[in-house]
Amino acid sequence: MNVIAWFYFPARLAWRQLTFDRTKLVAATCGVLFACVLVFMQLGFKDSLYDSATSAPVKLNGDLFLMHKQSEAMWRPVQFKRSELMRTLGNPAVVEVYPLYLALAPFKNINTQVKRTLMVYGFDPDSLIFNVEDIKSKRIELRLKDAVLFDEYSRPEFGPVRQLLEAGQNITEVNDYKVNILGLFQLGVSFAADGNVVTSDLNFMRIFPKRNLNDIDLGIIRLHPDASIKQVQTDLRDRLNAFVDIFTYEELLQYEKDYWANMAPIGFIFGFGTVMGLVVGLVIVYQILFTEITNHRNEFATLKAMGYEHGYFIRMVFAFAFFLAILGFIPGYIFSIGLYHLAESQTFMPMPMTFGKVMTVFLFILSMCAMAGLLAIRKLKASNPADMF
Amino acid sequence: MSVVVDVHNLNFSFGSGALTQPVLKDVTISIHKGEIVLITGPSGSGKTTFLTIIGGLRQAFHGSVRVLNQQLINSDELVKVKIRQQIGYIFQQHNLLKSLTALQNVSMTLEMHDKLSEQKRLNQAAEMLIAVGLGDRLNYKPDQLSAGQRQRVSIARALVGQPKIVLADEPTASLDKQSGYEAVSILKRLAKESQTTILLVTHDYRILDIADRVVELEDGVIKNA
Repeated sequence: MNVIAWFYFPARLAWRQLTFDRTKLVAATCGVLFACVLVFMQLGFKDSLYDSATSAPVKLNGDLFLMHKQSEAMWRPVQFKRSELMRTLGNPAVVEVYPLYLALAPFKNINTQVKRTLMVYGFDPDSLIFNVEDIKSKRIELRLKDAVLFDEYSRPEFGPVRQLLEAGQNITEVNDYKVNILGLFQLGVSFAADGNVVTSDLNFMRIFPKRNLNDIDLGIIRLHPDASIKQVQTDLRDRLNAFVDIFTYEELLQYEKDYWANMAPIGFIFGFGTVMGLVVGLVIVYQILFTEITNHRNEFATLKAMGYEHGYFIRMVFAFAFFLAILGFIPGYIFSIGLYHLAESQTFMPMPMTFGKVMTVFLFILSMCAMAGLLAIRKLKASNPADMF
Repeated sequence: MSVVVDVHNLNFSFGSGALTQPVLKDVTISIHKGEIVLITGPSGSGKTTFLTIIGGLRQAFHGSVRVLNQQLINSDELVKVKIRQQIGYIFQQHNLLKSLTALQNVSMTLEMHDKLSEQKRLNQAAEMLIAVGLGDRLNYKPDQLSAGQRQRVSIARALVGQPKIVLADEPTASLDKQSGYEAVSILKRLAKESQTTILLVTHDYRILDIADRVVELEDGVIKNA
């Protein structure tokens, strides 16, 4: 037997058996489709969560970042002394350093007067900490007293700020302090903050009277272009107090992601949802294969009596599982694209259908079906031709 | 004439220890090429067990069973699979695959030896179905055929691989008199044309006249070999 026939004949028989009973085919496909959609959604939400967690840090313009060791993530920071950041200037590779002040604060919806919490970023406007064009271009105006910029990608509960600004309504309250919205920028929401506001460091102190310029949340360090970031990081770590962490840009992003993956139980919840989806799919596919083998026990035993080897039936069962995986995956994929768009429009968080995710889910579904096949082939042993006479 | 099935002192029993139930006792029989042998006898006489041992479906341990010059006593799975491939089977139930047409069911026998192209396989299967009188039913599924027609499809399936031996276990049991007789007559005609040996187990005394030899088995002992 050549290799093609070795696969082709059992696969063809599996295909004929599968397509013979349309009702069963639809039921089986739906089972796989269900698992597929469930896994797609869980992974989609998880990635969306991780992506949104880094929507702010990803725009930060710096080489190294100082953070208090007790800060679990940027949105729940522990302050440390500005002098700690200033000490890094002793390293000749360090060109400039800037503090970033962070706080969650209620923002009053201009129309409804309802207050909702968002993230406030305070920094020296000349520092160009954020790599966002609309923030950079407003660096002169941000110096004005009580001037803030509002993130256009914030959730709609904060009000239709763009239309309000166009209508000339630009006065509202942040942390019960009256501010003047100068304009908009684009950043994006996260699980921690439904919206964002940026302002100057001096305005930040006005909005939060209990804060002072010497207690900072994040230190941003820019290095000489020729300097080795890793080398400077090592040098600075030796010199700084043990209570601060010093991160590179990539490490900061990873730290923010890890918070949601490990510290918050959310990464686990989505992982659990994924596993549950696969288990349900596994049980459905196993049931289908099991019934298939049971119902055709006599036919398979006859084929064995005719000289078909046991391996032929194993290949047939796996081909059956493989076809189910493909048949369920394709509509599941299409369905999930639609659901991703729906979820994006509801959560205002990006949910991209990446090629990597498509491959991951496909491999999950394929392994799920293979596993079901593996469980079902034990039942093949029952097709003993000697017992059917 | 050459001997295709040669059985000496075959003993076989089910169960073990105190519950041992002997089924075949000292069975000795030789069957020649082209011979049609009917095995009759009451229920529980061991007819079917005998057939499954000859067909390489059941493992026997005592005596000698040579089928097509292969010793089947204490043989391994590979030897049995090889023997099965050279034997055609017809069962009491037709056991056709419901999802396949008559033509595809018959081709299944030929798919094991992939020396043929798909087209040749289908042609051979079609010729065999024409020979059993089902030329106009090639693309019917088993559910669309009568019981007699289904049994004829399974005869075609057994014969299309040009087996040296055909083993049939009560092939007429689920058929009425006329279609049963038709089925075995076709079987006999095709077997004689190709010098195929037939070993047929039956209760059905209406078809005894197709046999060259009738062997009666009672309580695991051959009464007239």
